[in-house]
Amino acid sequence: MSEDLTRLMAHAMADRLGAGDVTSRELTEAHLDAAEAGNHALNAWLVIDRDEALRQADAADDRRRQGEVGVHPLLGIPVALKDLISVRGGQCTAGSRILEGYLAPYDAHITECLRAVGAVILGKTNMDEFAMGSSNEHSAYGPVANPWDLETVPGGSSGGSAVAVAAYHAPLSIGTDTGGSIRQPAALTGIVGMKPTYGRVSRFGIVAFASSLDQIGPFARDVRDAAALLHAIAGRDERDSTSAPEPVPDELIRLPASDDEAAAGLKGVRLGLPKEYFVAGMEPDARRRIEEAVAALERAGATVEEVSLPHTDYGLATYYIVAPAEASANLARYDGIRFGPQYGEGDALGNYFATRGRGFGPEVKRRIMLGTYALSAGYYDAFYVKAQKVRTLIKRDFDTLFEGGIDALVAPTSPSVAFRFGAKMADPVAMYLSDACTLPVNMAGLPGISIPCGLSEGMPVGLQLIGPAWSEPRLFALARGYEALTAGAAWRDQEPAQLGLTTDPAQPTPAERAAALAHR
Amino acid sequence: MIAAMPGLSRSDVEHVAHLARLGLTDDELTLLQGQLNHILEQYAKLAELATDDIPPTAQTIELENILREDLVTPSLPVEAVLANAPDSAGGYVVVPAILGGE
Repeated sequence: MSEDLTRLMAHAMADRLGAGDVTSRELTEAHLDAAEAGNHALNAWLVIDRDEALRQADAADDRRRQGEVGVHPLLGIPVALKDLISVRGGQCTAGSRILEGYLAPYDAHITECLRAVGAVILGKTNMDEFAMGSSNEHSAYGPVANPWDLETVPGGSSGGSAVAVAAYHAPLSIGTDTGGSIRQPAALTGIVGMKPTYGRVSRFGIVAFASSLDQIGPFARDVRDAAALLHAIAGRDERDSTSAPEPVPDELIRLPASDDEAAAGLKGVRLGLPKEYFVAGMEPDARRRIEEAVAALERAGATVEEVSLPHTDYGLATYYIVAPAEASANLARYDGIRFGPQYGEGDALGNYFATRGRGFGPEVKRRIMLGTYALSAGYYDAFYVKAQKVRTLIKRDFDTLFEGGIDALVAPTSPSVAFRFGAKMADPVAMYLSDACTLPVNMAGLPGISIPCGLSEGMPVGLQLIGPAWSEPRLFALARGYEALTAGAAWRDQEPAQLGLTTDPAQPTPAERAAALAHR
Repeated sequence: MIAAMPGLSRSDVEHVAHLARLGLTDDELTLLQGQLNHILEQYAKLAELATDDIPPTAQTIELENILREDLVTPSLPVEAVLANAPDSAGGYVVVPAILGGE
């Protein structure tokens, strides 16, 4: 059989599974082979679990053979999980040395959900340590390369999950987004990524970074697939007290297959273009791709009006107080006593210093220091309370627009396309600015989606759509509409430019490329 | 006011590292002092905003308290919990003594 099954969308795989002309085992083997062949050059995976994946694939095939009715579209479809999601009996490093050797004693809620619908878990993907980073260069297990240009980063923190999908190792993957960690890598690798409304997906069993901001969400190569994956993992779970009792809308698995129908849905939609998101320093050619996307939406019958989110400029400082403060509290549990490696001479305090000093990498230490400082006696009001007040202003900016009748906002996902390894490693603030267009959405708890909107000098650009709370079905429908408008665009058919190199075992690893660039 | 705050001194950085229970090398402390001060300069921007009358936001999606039935449900078995501990004995995690000694 010469057909490459990895090139299919998940919904096409589901059609073929339903028609009986392919098995989940065949799909799973094809993806495992691709992941194993490409991982040397990409380093997207920390675990590829062939035996367990094939066992799940056979179980999915059994379910189908037994004639189970009303199956979920994800039955038998391979999925990759970011390595901060617990899978019972497996590693869950969160990209950190401090969780080396830890084996999860239980499944995360979303792992249970994926098992229930019969999705096939291929393995665990690389990430910035504790999800802190915008380039995946802060992983303790090495950087991940972007298949569009192997000398560039894939974005972060969910870089491995994004690359697994962009490089056809999996049709679907799961990431988490605290300030942009799904949307930004989706943009930089040319795929779809969604951060749902805060409370849409239970975080039970995932490693926490900043608890008032973290959300779990899907990556896919098209909008329908991303929506179907969210459908499988969303919903109330009493083990996460922030998971909301909102029904999971079935529209998520009924987005129009027809391009004409999808594009027709854009007629009469009111979109806002927040002027502050076209930040100084935004790459002019990437900006042109966004402007072209806006023009296409207008031609399809949407009205686009310039709007203002006046506190956007305060987002970065606010985020870099709130998120590190929450992280410094969440990461206090890594003490080397109940799990993970333990270092030291045997006295309690000395063990803490040694274990945490050796176990955490530089970015995590920086954030813990920032957060500890912002919460420390004498600075709590000046930093933390101040930031929470500004957070109110940021949220009100969005509320005002949506209450005024705007259906969704259209904006860039990232101010730049994928950058070279090392380009932002020396200056943390430059790295933090990568998320300037995504982190306000987390601050306000809103859903946001990044979809591909073309190439700038050969590298993918992402278009971001932001909606009011619980508007995921609408956002996916709009994103599907835009996707339909551009279905015939030449860039749609383009595969990542250096994908072909990734299966060549003579290619350097991403770590070797990064080291070579540092010496150039 | 944030804007008027002096930068972090070396001993401030050491103090915060102590509070955070982070064992840092001299090189790390030096690097962090510079980087933290650079990041703190970004915070100064917030002083431009008058926020006296603005309530703080801790959670964006307001939920009513949801109470569950007061039922006993199974917990993880003790062996499963202890399996990840560096040291355990008799069904407990072994920790360094914090009382007694000298």
